[in-house]
Amino acid sequence: MNPSPMPVSAVGANALRTITLEVFRFRPEQDPLPSWQTYQVPCREEWVVLDALNYIKDHLDGSLSYRWSCHMAVCGSCGMMINGKPILSCKAFVRDFPDHIRVEPLGNLTVIRDLVVKQERLLANLSAVKSWLIPKTPAAADEPYRQTPVQLDQYRHLSMCINCLLCYAACPQVALNEGYLGPAALALAHRYNLDSRDGGTFERMQATASADGIWECSFVGECSEVCPKHVDPAGAIQQMKLASSLDWFARRLGLGERS
Amino acid sequence: MQTFHADVIIVGAGGAGLSAGIAVAEQDPSLRVALVSKVYPMRSHTVAAEGGAAAVIRAPDTLEDHFRDTVSGGDWLCDQDAVDLFVAEAPKALTRLEHWGCPWSRAEDGRVQVRSFGGMKNERTWFAADKSGFHILHTLFQTSQRFPSIQRFDEVYALDLLVAEGAVGGLTGLSMQTGEAMVLLAPSVIIATGGAGRVFPFTTNGAIKTGDGMAMAYRAGVALKDIEFMQYHPTGLPGTGILITEGARGEGGILVNKDGYRYLQDYNLGPPDPWPRRKAMEMGPRDRLSQAFWHEQKKGRTIKTSAGDDVVHLDIRKLGEKFIDERLPMVRELSRAYVGVDPVVAPIPVRPVVHYTMGGIDTNIDTATDLAGLYAAGECACVSINGANRLGSNSLTEILVFGTRAGLQAADRARSQVDRPATNWDAQIQASFGKVSGLMARTAGNESIVGLRGQLHGLMEGAAGIYREDAPLRAACAEIAGLRRRYRELAISDHSKVFNTQLFQALELGAMLEIGEAMVHSALARRESRGAHQRLDFPQRDDVQFLHHSIARSGGQDAPSIEHKPVNISRWPPGERVYGGAAK
Repeated sequence: MNPSPMPVSAVGANALRTITLEVFRFRPEQDPLPSWQTYQVPCREEWVVLDALNYIKDHLDGSLSYRWSCHMAVCGSCGMMINGKPILSCKAFVRDFPDHIRVEPLGNLTVIRDLVVKQERLLANLSAVKSWLIPKTPAAADEPYRQTPVQLDQYRHLSMCINCLLCYAACPQVALNEGYLGPAALALAHRYNLDSRDGGTFERMQATASADGIWECSFVGECSEVCPKHVDPAGAIQQMKLASSLDWFARRLGLGERS
Repeated sequence: MQTFHADVIIVGAGGAGLSAGIAVAEQDPSLRVALVSKVYPMRSHTVAAEGGAAAVIRAPDTLEDHFRDTVSGGDWLCDQDAVDLFVAEAPKALTRLEHWGCPWSRAEDGRVQVRSFGGMKNERTWFAADKSGFHILHTLFQTSQRFPSIQRFDEVYALDLLVAEGAVGGLTGLSMQTGEAMVLLAPSVIIATGGAGRVFPFTTNGAIKTGDGMAMAYRAGVALKDIEFMQYHPTGLPGTGILITEGARGEGGILVNKDGYRYLQDYNLGPPDPWPRRKAMEMGPRDRLSQAFWHEQKKGRTIKTSAGDDVVHLDIRKLGEKFIDERLPMVRELSRAYVGVDPVVAPIPVRPVVHYTMGGIDTNIDTATDLAGLYAAGECACVSINGANRLGSNSLTEILVFGTRAGLQAADRARSQVDRPATNWDAQIQASFGKVSGLMARTAGNESIVGLRGQLHGLMEGAAGIYREDAPLRAACAEIAGLRRRYRELAISDHSKVFNTQLFQALELGAMLEIGEAMVHSALARRESRGAHQRLDFPQRDDVQFLHHSIARSGGQDAPSIEHKPVNISRWPPGERVYGGAAK
C-alpha cells in the first residue's frame, strides 16, 4: 500500500518545520528486541507530538501503535516519554522541542507493543485502596449532602487525577518495588479521606499504610513535578504519613482509632 | 477463541455504560455483568464534557420548565413521554452521583450550585467547575469498582451481535492487546458506545467516537432514528476543534465578529442588553448560534486566522481573572495551550464544530430496541429526548438517567431468560471473524484508510454540514456507496495480532462509512428545516409532512431505506421556537 501524499490542507502552506522523530519500536511477534525508527515529519507551528505521530500513522508507517483519544489532555491515554520525560503527547508542543525528538513508551511499565504499555497496575491499585466514597453517614434518599466550598477545596485538587500514569513513569519506587501502590492510587485514596462526606480512612489504611503503601515513598517528588493536572501526589502521601503516625501514637496512648 | 457467559453484556464503559453496570449490580448482585470497551473506562469520551448536567433542583425552576425548554429546544421532534420521564428522573440521577462523591460546585451554604446554559429558562445546570464530564466519569468508574459482579473487558473491540429468532444472544469481539477472538454470550446486551462525530473532519469528539456500536446494531437490523441531526457546537477552537464550554457564555461571555459587533442580534436573538440573560443572544440554542456564524461567514464578517480558518471572537475578559479561574479554569487552560490566548486578557478565537449526534439507535422509552434483549443508552441511542437539537447539559444527565434505566431493563430480562435453550452460534461466529481474517489476509489493494476516510470527511462536511441541499446530498449518497464498495478492497499493511491499531482503524472506518451513508440518506429525505437540519432548498419547518422520526434501515451492501415513525406529542403541540426579546 502506498502512503498517501501529504495533503497540503493537513499541514498548511506555510510555517512548516521538518523534525526528526526517533520512535521506540517493539512488535513482540516479530522483534526479538526493541529498536529505534526515525521519521521525517513536516510539522505545523501549532502541532503537538501526537499530531506528528498521527502524521506518521497516516502517511509514513501504518504499523506504528500508540493510544490516544481526546487530544485535549483529559482522557489520559497518550502519555509517553518524550526526550526522556513523561508527558502527555497531546500537550507536548513541537515548538517547545529541538528538531530531533525521541519518543518512548512510559517508563517503569511493561511494554505491550511500540508506545503501548500495560496499565493494569494502576487499575488494580485503585481498587486496592478503595478509591470510592465510603459514606460517613447514610445519605438521605433524595437530598444531596451539604458540602461547603471550603470543604470542597480540601480535596478538589486531588480529584483532578486523570489516571495518565505519568507519575508511575517518573517514580523511582514504582521501578524498585512491583507491589508499590504508586502515586496516583495513593493520591486518590487521600482524595476520599479528605472528603467531608467520607468515613473510610481507616478502611483504606489497610492498604495505604501497608508495606506497599505510603511508607515506600522516598519523597523524591518527581510524581508531582510531572503531573499534568497539578494533583501533587507527593504532598498527599506526606500528609497521609503524618496522619498515619498520629493514628499509631493515638492507639498506643489508648485513645482509640482516629478516622 | 475464548467464550464467556454473562447475564448482561454492556458495550461501552463511559457514563451510560457505567451507569448501566452499576444499576444491574445494585439491583441484583447475582447477575454477572460483562463491561466491554475498546478503551479503559476513564478514557471514554464522557471525560471531555465540560459545562454540566441539567436537573431541576429548586424554585423557581420546575419540571415543566425543563420539559418545555427541552421540547422547544429540540424543535418538537422530541418524544414528549420520554422527556417527561427524563426531567422527573434527572434530579434523582444527579443526587445519586453526589452520594457517590461527585465534586459538584457548591454555594456558600453547602448546597449544590447551578448555572445557566443555552435555551434554558432558569438556572438548572449542575457543574463541577468546567470539568463536569470528567468528574462524572471518574465518580462512576471509581464507584463501579465496588461491585465484584462487574467484570471488565478493557480494550476489547466489539465486532458483531449474535442474533437468533428475533433476539440477541451476545456478541463477538477481539482483544486488542492479544488479538484473540472472544465470544460473549448473554440474554441482554446494552449498547452504550457514544456518538459518531468522527464521521466529520472537524469535531470536538475524541478519536474513539467512530459510531461502532451504532453500526453494530444497524447491521443487525435495528434502525437508526433521526440520524441526520448532527449538532454543531458554536464555540470550538480552530485547528483542533477543542470545545470551549457554553458555560463561558452562561457566565457572561459574548460573541463578536470582525467589527467587534455582537452579531447574534441580527438573527432573532437580540436585543443584546441587558446581558447576561437567559434564552437570548449568546444564550440561545446551539443550532441557531452555529447557523448565525454560517451567515456571518458568507457576509465576510468573520475573522481570518493566520492558519486560514474563519473565526469569531468569544470574549470573557469582563469576568475577570479570579472568576475565570474559579468557574472556567479549563477554558483558560485550553485556550492558553492550544491557541496561545489567555482569555483573561484577550478574546478566544472560536468557530462551529461538529459536537453531538442527536440521532442514534432507535429505542423506546425503556431503552429497548425492536430486537429483543438489545438495549441502547446515551449518545449512541435515540430515545428521543433531544429531537432536532439537543440543549446544552441535557446529555450528561441523559447518560445517567437512561444508562440506569437500560441496566434495570436488561437485568429484568436476564432474570426472565434463565431457562432459555442453548443456541448454536457457530455459523455467525465464523462469519464475524471471517470478515476480520479476510481483512488481515488481504495483502494487496489500492485503497488506504486515510484515503477513504478523507473522502468520507469531505463528503460529510460538504453535503451534511450546517446547511444542506438536494444536489450535494444526492451526490454524497452515490459517492459514499462508492466508498463502501472500495472499502471492500481495503488492504492493511500491519498483519500482527498484538495491539494492531491499524486493524481497528480499518474496522472503525467500516462503521463510519455505514453511519455516514445513513446520515446523508436521512438528510436527503427530510425536505424541511428543523433544528440542526437546515435545508437551503426547504427553509421552513414542515409539520404536515415531516413531524416524524426518520428511520434508517441498513440495506446490507446496498443503500439504506428511509421510513417514518410518529413523534410522541402527548401534551404540547408544536409551536414557534422563540428566543431573544420575546422569549419567556
